[in-house]
Amino acid sequence: MPAKATILSADEIRRGLTRIAHEIVERNRGAEDLAIIGVHTRGIPLAARLASKLSELEGVEIPTGMLDITLYRDDLSEVAHQPIIRETHVPFDIARRRVVLVDDVLYTGRTVRAALDALIDLGRPLGIQLAVLIDRGHRELPIRADYVGKNLPTAKSELVKVKLQETDGVDIVELWDLEDVK
Amino acid sequence: MTATATKQVRPRHLLDFQDWSPERLTAILDNADTMLQVLDRPVKKVPALQGLTICTAFFENSTRTRTSFELAARRMSADVMTFAAGASSVSKGESLRDTIEVLTQYRVDAYIVRHHASGAAHLVHQYSGKPVINAGDGRRAHPTQALLDAYTVRQEFDSLDGKTVAIIGDIRHSRVARSNAELLPKLGAKVVLCGPATLLPADLAGLPGVTLTTDPVQAVRGAHAVMALRLQQERMSGGYLGSLQEYADTYQVNEALMQHAESGAIVLHPGPMNRDVEISADAADGPRSRILKQVENGQAIRMSVLYHLLVGRD
Repeated sequence: MPAKATILSADEIRRGLTRIAHEIVERNRGAEDLAIIGVHTRGIPLAARLASKLSELEGVEIPTGMLDITLYRDDLSEVAHQPIIRETHVPFDIARRRVVLVDDVLYTGRTVRAALDALIDLGRPLGIQLAVLIDRGHRELPIRADYVGKNLPTAKSELVKVKLQETDGVDIVELWDLEDVK
Repeated sequence: MTATATKQVRPRHLLDFQDWSPERLTAILDNADTMLQVLDRPVKKVPALQGLTICTAFFENSTRTRTSFELAARRMSADVMTFAAGASSVSKGESLRDTIEVLTQYRVDAYIVRHHASGAAHLVHQYSGKPVINAGDGRRAHPTQALLDAYTVRQEFDSLDGKTVAIIGDIRHSRVARSNAELLPKLGAKVVLCGPATLLPADLAGLPGVTLTTDPVQAVRGAHAVMALRLQQERMSGGYLGSLQEYADTYQVNEALMQHAESGAIVLHPGPMNRDVEISADAADGPRSRILKQVENGQAIRMSVLYHLLVGRD
């Protein structure tokens, strides 16, 4: 069963990230105190790509890190399997940084809430901003993204699949019916 | 995995390693890496077990195991209820069953049990219906100690595959030795158990990956880790030994004995130590010693075990 629709092609993903990088520089008046932290799994390659674009734009090295939110999830008693804990690696002091948190899809907001808790346990950043490739709506918490690659109104019966070269061997964003994925 | 393979059931108890697959055991060791990272952060706490109440039910004295479990549970944001038999109605004659049934009314979600009788942890599960972690029962098992030992060896050599761990001392009375003999071969390591013939029960020779010897030099030859066991003098009424000095002269883990081991071999001890009896100061405090590392790793392993047993549903 094929996807219902292709939402972003490889070129569109690249252009979306380039635009987000410009917006980050604009909003923060440069990139001096910035750090980029990706949320497992696909937030991590997206964070690396954004950091690379920011370095090109501003000529400074942008510290990057990876964040696993498994131990901070509020639905662990409901999940039907043992969640795998992955690595959190933030090799710099976030207390002196404005952190841009990066994830692939913003949906209910619960992942972001968990990521904010996890991040603040590592230190007290100067500020936290949120960048996502896709905002598909259906928020269950009062959370919004500062930078969005594409706003995509969806039904809850649909699934947004982000595939990236680093994790899936291809750059594409697709829309699926949940029924067809099961 | 074949299409006909059945889904592995996740154990909800850690009584011993009987129902545990190498994959599940490896997952506990892997997750302990993350728990160690948590312990290095400014905020040494995660909310994973928030809302759960864990009872440490210790019917036998223990300082480090109980403390380690309690801290591990608190690091995971669980509430901890400490039950010490010596200061409870057990000392007035209350049975294990009545004690556990009373504790369960306090909405305890899981038990960590230490008891002098083998099999007590299993009974606690029967009476409570809750997940139970065995923190040492009689001579039978002390699974989290074995896990932290395995983790410490893996940390040193990156893998347990093909490694040899020599365990020297009072094997007969040691639940640590039994649990290690059960666990390490499941993870690809070999175990050599060594002690005086009177303290070396022959039935352990039948375990896969386990060999027995009364010769300490032979035991440590080719070993990557050498673990000294506490000589349990309180259980030595059976005339198992001629004298402490005679025992120390032959079986003490010291630098001279370690010269026969692999060049990078490490020294382990589950504690508490009888210095100058089963272990010398040069081995306990020297560069090969990972005894304090074991303590640190113990907390991470216990966090990982709690996470593994209490998070998610079947």
